[in-house]
Amino acid sequence: MNMTTLLDARGIAKHFGGVKALSDVSLTINRGEIYGLIGPNGAGKTTFFNVLTGLYHPDGGDLVFDGEKLQASAPDKVAKRGIARTFQNIRLFGNMSAMENVMVGRHPRTHAGVFGAVMRNSRTRKEEAAIRRRAEELLHYVNIADRADDLARNLSYGDQRRLEIARALASDPKLLALDEPAAGMNGTETAALRELIEGIRKDGITVLLIEHDVKLVMGLCDRVAVLDYGQKICEDVPAIVQKDLKVIEAYLGGSIA
Amino acid sequence: MMTMLSSFETLRHDKRAAIAATVALGIVLAVFPFVISSSLSNSWLRIVDFAMLYIMLALGLNIVVGFAGLLDMGYIAFYAVGAYLYALLASPHFGLHYPVWVIIPAGAALAGLFGALLGAPTLRLRGDYLAIVTLGFGEIVRIFMNNLNAPINITNGPQGITGIDPIHFGGITLAKPFTFLGFTIPSLHAYYYLFLALALFIVFVTIRLENSRIGRAWVAIREDEIAAKSCGINTRNIKLLAFTMGASFGGVAGALFAGFQGFVSPESFNLMESVMVLCMVVLGGMGNIPGVILGGVLLTLLPELFRHGAGPVQMAVFGKILLDPEALRMLLFGLALVVCMLYRPAGLWPSTTRRREFKGESTTDVMKEGE
Repeated sequence: MNMTTLLDARGIAKHFGGVKALSDVSLTINRGEIYGLIGPNGAGKTTFFNVLTGLYHPDGGDLVFDGEKLQASAPDKVAKRGIARTFQNIRLFGNMSAMENVMVGRHPRTHAGVFGAVMRNSRTRKEEAAIRRRAEELLHYVNIADRADDLARNLSYGDQRRLEIARALASDPKLLALDEPAAGMNGTETAALRELIEGIRKDGITVLLIEHDVKLVMGLCDRVAVLDYGQKICEDVPAIVQKDLKVIEAYLGGSIA
Repeated sequence: MMTMLSSFETLRHDKRAAIAATVALGIVLAVFPFVISSSLSNSWLRIVDFAMLYIMLALGLNIVVGFAGLLDMGYIAFYAVGAYLYALLASPHFGLHYPVWVIIPAGAALAGLFGALLGAPTLRLRGDYLAIVTLGFGEIVRIFMNNLNAPINITNGPQGITGIDPIHFGGITLAKPFTFLGFTIPSLHAYYYLFLALALFIVFVTIRLENSRIGRAWVAIREDEIAAKSCGINTRNIKLLAFTMGASFGGVAGALFAGFQGFVSPESFNLMESVMVLCMVVLGGMGNIPGVILGGVLLTLLPELFRHGAGPVQMAVFGKILLDPEALRMLLFGLALVVCMLYRPAGLWPSTTRRREFKGESTTDVMKEGE
């Protein structure tokens, strides 16, 4: 394994009963790139995300992240290793403020336990202040600092998407996995999102992106993998993927023989 | 109510006002038992002492139900564990007479262990399913207490354990009046101060936990467990911690109860008691510490008011007692719950966020559309 590889997925398989949601999917994500994962509905993109982030237990295959194997079905450990994610159907802590949501995101990088919380010793106070400072920075970073004290459920749809990204960034991830971040966004919002993702990459965080918006994916990603019926049918730079016959068939349907 | 809430908010910002309010509250709490015993009666002071115990219970259950969102219907089992531990370690039953400063921490620890024992097998359950299992757990503990008199007599079965030592430290026993700095403090007053001190300690611990990394993790689990996991929270440990912390408060209250009452029997720990404590949490304002305290006070005092008031009022109005005060008490209690849930569904004193949640602001549907 060379130093440029951040994530190496080898032969990942996952089935639900008789449905093969993923079969033998292998892909590699390099450090510092924006990697797109696309495919028609039901192709297995989100299933791959859930296996990667430990929400599903894979039925086969290995995930090697940053040189070490990832523990299967242990989402909290995966987060601690440096993979943060967002969800296709936003999953914020609705009745917590935007600020608190980001502060929760800081959990795997902080340590205070019951004793520290009750005694509120200088270490805990410093840690708590640092959490707050970092959360403020991140809210600024995603441009929703003015909504810090609002309940997450009361934010607009676009702001909720941004807040979810801020919460994910709070864990200082090496890999940020975004599940359809542009879904339901209008053109302006998508453009702003694109800028945000590019900024995140500039800060040295690798991005894995599931997206339906083909224009966004092709413009933003360095490399793209295409899933269809749980199998990887193509993995390359956008320009080549766009011309791949299998990909065109998967998207347009029917046979072109 | 609203003016009370807003003045509470100003206290948060103005330090001098906060100190003055604390001093005033301290004086009120200090003279309170003397006011009650001279203006009403000692039996009312006894009820106030019980209110303190229920406040501790409600605060403990609030961690599990209010913060972590785990519906626990068998919470009284931890109260029973603390009470029986005290009864066994300080009574003629086994001839053991340990001092209170050993038993109370031991009661907290043992109840905490029972909390973890309940939590461990129920980690995957939520909502109704968890409620059923915890309800069963509460009953199991009670039935054990009821039947552990054979083959070896541990709990003395349904007769319960009598002659429990009153709470005593060193040479001072709280069962008799004692003189402190020239003041003579009667027994019920002394219990009041002890219970108040421990209740304040529990309030302090709860507030500190609420505003910490742990408290945020509890609320995150309540809000969305999957998202909490993906945020790097070890939900298993954090849930077990909620069960353990909540249970240990119950254990402390139970130990105090045994020493105060001098007698424990399984019937003190039935399902109705669990329901009562849950009502205190929900009615007061789930997740909000002042609300939960208010719930504990109201639900201890109001039923007693009915009990004492219903008979005389009927005599005065009808000349005879038409309805059994005990039955009337439950009727009015039920009615009060229904009215409260209709008009103040977030509780009498909800936390600021819960209040916003129930107001149904215009953008609240955004989340639902996303799902």
